[in-house]
Amino acid sequence: MTTVKSSASKATATPAGGSLRFYGVWLIGIAALIVLPMIFSSGGSLTSFSLIGIAIVFALSYNILLGQTGLLSFGHAVHYGLGGFAACHMMNAVVSHGWPIPLPFIPLFGGIGGLVFAIIIGWVMTKRAGTVFAMISLGIGELVASSSLILRSVFGGEAGITTDRTALPKMFGWSFGPQLQVYYLIAFWLVLSAIAMYALTRTPLGRISNAVRDNPERVQFIGYDPHVVRYLAFCFAGFFAGVAGGLAAINFEIANSAYLGAIQSGLVLFSTFIGGTAYFFGPILGAILVTYLQLGLTSVTSVWQLYFGIIFIGIVMFSPGGIAGLLMMHRPLVRAGTLWTVIPSYLVAVVPTVALACGVILTIETVARYSGGEAINLFGIAFNPKSPVTWISAAVLVVGGAFVARLTWRRIADAWDRAATVARDRGYLA
Amino acid sequence: MLELIVISTLNGVLFGMLLFLLSSGLTVIFSMMGVLNFAHASFYMLGAFFGFQLTKWIGFWPALVLAPLLVGAIGMAVERYGLRNTHKHGHVAELLLTFGLAFAIEEIVSMIWGKSPVDYRVPALLDFPAFTIFSTNYPAYKIFMLAVSVVIFVALLIVLKRTRVGLIVQAALTHPHMVGHLGHNVGRVFMVVFGVGSALAGIAGVIAGPALVTQSDMAAALGPILFVVIVFGGLGSLPGAFIASLVIGLVQTFAVALNGSLASAFGPLDPSAGPSVLTDIWNVTIAQVAPIVPYMLLVLILIVRPMGLMGTRES
Repeated sequence: MTTVKSSASKATATPAGGSLRFYGVWLIGIAALIVLPMIFSSGGSLTSFSLIGIAIVFALSYNILLGQTGLLSFGHAVHYGLGGFAACHMMNAVVSHGWPIPLPFIPLFGGIGGLVFAIIIGWVMTKRAGTVFAMISLGIGELVASSSLILRSVFGGEAGITTDRTALPKMFGWSFGPQLQVYYLIAFWLVLSAIAMYALTRTPLGRISNAVRDNPERVQFIGYDPHVVRYLAFCFAGFFAGVAGGLAAINFEIANSAYLGAIQSGLVLFSTFIGGTAYFFGPILGAILVTYLQLGLTSVTSVWQLYFGIIFIGIVMFSPGGIAGLLMMHRPLVRAGTLWTVIPSYLVAVVPTVALACGVILTIETVARYSGGEAINLFGIAFNPKSPVTWISAAVLVVGGAFVARLTWRRIADAWDRAATVARDRGYLA
Repeated sequence: MLELIVISTLNGVLFGMLLFLLSSGLTVIFSMMGVLNFAHASFYMLGAFFGFQLTKWIGFWPALVLAPLLVGAIGMAVERYGLRNTHKHGHVAELLLTFGLAFAIEEIVSMIWGKSPVDYRVPALLDFPAFTIFSTNYPAYKIFMLAVSVVIFVALLIVLKRTRVGLIVQAALTHPHMVGHLGHNVGRVFMVVFGVGSALAGIAGVIAGPALVTQSDMAAALGPILFVVIVFGGLGSLPGAFIASLVIGLVQTFAVALNGSLASAFGPLDPSAGPSVLTDIWNVTIAQVAPIVPYMLLVLILIVRPMGLMGTRES
């Protein structure tokens, strides 16, 4: 992550008026969480909001590793899944022993589940950073996911472990049967975890994690052990991933081996990276987008995961800062008042880029539905996957779109350079 | 018992050589370019599916040549148009690119060929038992696989250690600028190395496809084991990868063949104990544990020797 800039500059650049704006953003976020289910009160949107909330906690916890400490993990779902199982077992234990622990405290036990595993295995894993850590996390992830099928008494084999959230002691008279109450429970833990994780980035540990990410040798010279810092960051990430897993267990009333698997780990990597790892709100954006796409695309196309892969590759190649990085890139231009010089070139680029995207979609859907033979409906136009007209239009869109799009992108780069030069002269861009 | 040992050794060496065929490409690419190619197992899968499709159209022997060439060409394109542009963002970005690629390839393969296994058969020419040992027929195709793996291993060793090409490749690894100044196109060297590494994976796919199962999740199943192999052997060490491949191949094959458990060795636990972690561990057979054996080896080596068997670098 050589291009990733830490958000440190934000802290220094907030004088008196900045703190008001800072708390304002959080208060608006909390208000939105409270109001949203009142506006969109259908069962479907409540379910989506709950899933998005869980995904945000999970993605933020992942960013403690990837964005803050520079550790690329391919096995983060292990903590999520173990947190889910811990929460399920805790809920069942509370019910069977009659302990006075109400449901809102259960995610804490999920967090402990994720944390304990991180404490046990983290020391060996974080000995080395970079690609080695990535491979080891993948191996450990596979180890836990495969072991979960062997240790049936703990993980319940293929079927998983079920639980009943309504059987726990009530709190404020809430039974947590209706999805709305579960949503508010998730929203509460989302706010709590987000504040905690944001606060973590402000602590000396958070700062030194950034230093370990950028230059471990210098950290060693000033007397810190990068290994210890990585280990601590790993434990915190494990805890919050466990909280997310606990929330998922409450939401679905089940924990199974799919929670632990490579797909779950891949999804959180996708969300975090697509959103952007350099800013705190990046993973939030990514989690919202990926969960929403996941829910929305599954009903439209059978190959939605391929679109994820393509979006991800596009982000890695063209915008390693993710969506948040793209947005924040414009901030100095807005301040310098030169954004309007870039906008026209954006508008010009939209047409060929959309054509290229349509061509790619048409190509993928043609191949995917070739054997089935059902028609593709793209913007109201029906395409038959077996007819040559479809192939030709797809080819024309892809080749032509790519050719023209390249030219317009070059225009954007030029306009951008000019605007950035002005912004630099006015002192808004380093 | 002796029969089991002989057959398992043969199969273990076979699986180990196959692992080495894959990890050698991965290791050469890694030690040259510093890129950990997450999509390497996907190239293996592409090799198997191209092999299947080409066998259907033009027969097995032309497919054995053509499919790896195709895979190698795809690998070169990936290096030229993907990795080279991503290089400026660092190794993690390159790793992520290949991760996304592995994901996309799996989706594309299952989109085209479906999620269930395809009917990729052993060619008729090799479809006979090579020899009979303890009344078990050992298929000739497996001997053929072993032979191909050994030939490629030896050829790779000779090319890298004894030829001018190997000299340039090794020099480009440590002193890319010097090699560039001497008039070699380092960018092209990298592209060719990446292509050859991918083609090696493709060969492994074509020959392993008929013997193992050719389906769209074969890359996801093998990929993590490959990483275990190269971490276990020591990153960037070809001899280390060789030893690790054989060790993991043998251990896993023997584990699959053994049906014993703690319960069968020491007698069943007290039935009144009820289901618990202890009874799970007591009753599980070694064959059931086989899939996780490589990862247990990984944890073990991390504790005992973090740089791997033949590795020299700490990180």
